[in-house]
Amino acid sequence: MAVTADHAIPNRSPLIAFLSRWLLTTNHKEIGTLYLWLSFTLFFIAGAMAMVIRLELFQPGIQFAEPLFYNQMVTMHGLIMVFGVVMPGFVGLANWLLPMMIGAPDMALPRLNNFSFWILPFAFTLLISSLFMEGGAPNFGWTFYAPLSTTYGPPSTDFFILGVHLMGISSVLGAINIIVTIFNLRVEGMTLMKMPLFVWTWLITAFLLVMVMPVLAGAVTMMLTDRHFGTSFFSAVGGGDPVLFQHVFWFFGHPEVYILILPGFGIASQIIPTFARKKLFGYHSMVYATVSIAILSFLVWGHHMFTTGMPLAAELFVMYATMLIAVPTGVKVFNWVATMWRGSMTFETPMLFAIGFVILFTIGGFSGLMLALVPADFQYHDTFFVVAHFHYVLYPGAIFGIMSAVYYWLPKWTGNMYDERLGKLHFWTAIVAVNMTFFPMHFLGLAGMPRRIVDYSLQFADFNMVASIGAGMLGLTQVLFLYIVIKTIRGGDKATSRVWESAEGLEWTIPSPAPLHTFSAPPQFPIPEEAYQHD
Amino acid sequence: MTSLINRLCRGLILSTLLAFYNTAFAAAMDMRPGVTDISQRILQIHHYSLAICVVMGVLVFGTMFYSMYAHRRSKHPKPADFHESMLAEIVWTAVPFLILIGLAIPATSALREIEDNSNADLTVLITSSQWKWHYQYLDADFGYYSNMSTPTEQINNLETKSKNYILEVDNALVLPTSKKVRFLTTSDDVIHSWWVPDFAVKQDAIPGYINEAWTRIEVPGLFRGQCAELCGKDHAYMPIEVEVLPEEEFDQWILDQLLAIELASGQAVADRAKTWTLAELMDIGQTVFIDNCATCHEADGSGQGSTYPALAGGEIPTGDMSTHIERVMDGAVDTEMQAWAPQLSDLELASVITYERNAFGNDLGDIVQPLTIFESR
Repeated sequence: MAVTADHAIPNRSPLIAFLSRWLLTTNHKEIGTLYLWLSFTLFFIAGAMAMVIRLELFQPGIQFAEPLFYNQMVTMHGLIMVFGVVMPGFVGLANWLLPMMIGAPDMALPRLNNFSFWILPFAFTLLISSLFMEGGAPNFGWTFYAPLSTTYGPPSTDFFILGVHLMGISSVLGAINIIVTIFNLRVEGMTLMKMPLFVWTWLITAFLLVMVMPVLAGAVTMMLTDRHFGTSFFSAVGGGDPVLFQHVFWFFGHPEVYILILPGFGIASQIIPTFARKKLFGYHSMVYATVSIAILSFLVWGHHMFTTGMPLAAELFVMYATMLIAVPTGVKVFNWVATMWRGSMTFETPMLFAIGFVILFTIGGFSGLMLALVPADFQYHDTFFVVAHFHYVLYPGAIFGIMSAVYYWLPKWTGNMYDERLGKLHFWTAIVAVNMTFFPMHFLGLAGMPRRIVDYSLQFADFNMVASIGAGMLGLTQVLFLYIVIKTIRGGDKATSRVWESAEGLEWTIPSPAPLHTFSAPPQFPIPEEAYQHD
Repeated sequence: MTSLINRLCRGLILSTLLAFYNTAFAAAMDMRPGVTDISQRILQIHHYSLAICVVMGVLVFGTMFYSMYAHRRSKHPKPADFHESMLAEIVWTAVPFLILIGLAIPATSALREIEDNSNADLTVLITSSQWKWHYQYLDADFGYYSNMSTPTEQINNLETKSKNYILEVDNALVLPTSKKVRFLTTSDDVIHSWWVPDFAVKQDAIPGYINEAWTRIEVPGLFRGQCAELCGKDHAYMPIEVEVLPEEEFDQWILDQLLAIELASGQAVADRAKTWTLAELMDIGQTVFIDNCATCHEADGSGQGSTYPALAGGEIPTGDMSTHIERVMDGAVDTEMQAWAPQLSDLELASVITYERNAFGNDLGDIVQPLTIFESR
């Protein structure tokens, strides 16, 4: 295959060249970079909103944010973190890594890839612009329950609906691309059960995306027609059903939370073996566990709705099905521990984040199991206990997963080693801050503090103050992360092609930084040891 | 440098632990035991599942930390090369499964009891609206609204916050001890959720639905809760207060209420018969306005953007009077402007409309009499 190494066309001004390079690129590595920077940018925007929330909750009373504005911050923080940070972050990693891991020269549908990325900046511009509109941004929580979001929603709700539609189209197209790439472009010899775990988890995630994003699109479309075209899907006055909205939303929403974590499982399964210098324990059971989690995720949406007046039989079914998810999830954790057992471990930054991921995600899993028990859920539901639970699985879960992936593969992307000392400082400050922020929220919820309140009664003051201080620290540590990433891009010790002494996988057989075009000729698989040795 | 970072980290961890240790004594950290049989059973389930999680956590994380210590490269330079064991996979699939069955049994039996709403001694219909509760005693056939009583000065940090800051109401729900009380919940606008932790009752109030829950409280006292489902701007300011009385006192309280309703309707007739002066109506109107309208339209009538229109110079308060009366009595469909006709008396409605037409510099000089309101009903 004939390829030129550089897309720049001579006799163009540098600005035009720059714009056309990034606007028109169909290269999986460049698109991966775009996704990751979008995710990183939105991480700081949604993080700033979290700072507003924690600042307001620092003390009882209203200090910084009026209730209506506070609700907008809560809503936008959730929406952007879910749809703008974690999802594009994982898609960015998929773009960079999947073709390199399966020995493909690029994604199967490169133009579609460009299109699915460039939808997103428009989607988030629509969403974020609603903050500056008359009546303010959406203020009904990221779960946008009807009728608060339909008949009672602010005018900007229509921008939100359009934004969600665009994000959904982008996700579905991206997921189709990933499925097609994995099924068609694997190097000869790489059967499904020989794929790296990150590829497996992304394959399953992509199927989840294709199945549930259209459900979300259906939900927001029904909202739109309820708001403007006289339908009453969710309006009791017109014979509709507000609870139907919750069923539709959580039928999307529960698989969605696995979309936000499964690629993280894959990342931990890549990184832990490298630094334990030992093959991943129980590869097959890891794959089966991931598939079981994905299938079970379609049966448990009702556990978000125990207080809506579900009948006993439904509550029992959903409770048992939810508890069952603990089994494959446990299998994954046990396998990671068994991988570490009698290895020969070193603790570079990616490994630290991966271990932090396993431990803190497991704590989030424990509280998830507790939440599954319906009688106890009547006390936990819609309190800060739930806020603590899902932040444990999302921050030290999904976000730590992305961070450990960035540290692990950054030398491959940039050709430079990151500053190990700063990386460790980032990890230790982040892990202290993350626990200081989110652990007290368990206590707040148990003691009775409802979630999404702008103001609280006096007995909750102490732990809220601790959480707010932790959140401030957590925000600062991520500025350090930005600094480390930029410093690595600009220079540093040169990375070898294998980077880590016992890293396994096709991406470690190509030079660092990875050239724009790789695997023009298919590599050998299984990988011969000498393939890692060309520098 | 490294040692400095180490020292800093250590100091930080220590001070965090110390902060936790100190606050642990100042603030509640665990689920409240509550005052009903169900709430205490739920606490047991909570402790039981927490204990299982802690034991599992200690085992798994203990193994991990031991491995990180003993199998680090400097101590254990040559990694083992095992990577599969069918036996191990079967064991760590089967054992958690058995533990889960052990957890599901008490949860199932408690749930079956919680969902048994039959044979209630007393039924209260709880209707929510933005941002207040209405309690209707179905057996005695009367009801009333319950609003937060914390003044806005405390919320805006202009006054010291009282002990029960934002957890206090004007009219508490009153219940008897030792009776099976059934709650029916529904909503007039968006979804709310009625939650009193001490009873372990949390039931969504959904427009178009009537949900059920029940409780049986053994001890008299005052119990507090909050709305648990995001319901708009003042979600944080929708407290629940329940006063539980011994049975005889409760029966007496019901009789007192029925008598008070008789008296109030007599008073309403007298109010209608009287012709009120502007000053009298303005006086009453201001109180009604602050209690009911100021949370959205602000005490000075300046409103909050387009969501909560300004009343000072506003189109409706300075326009046609019958439109104004209609808007206040019937509300505006699908907005937070609710119908006030069922919530306020003729005198209160007349005075608040009069107030809106004459305060904030509107100065129309209009007077609305209670009789006009009565005739508009």
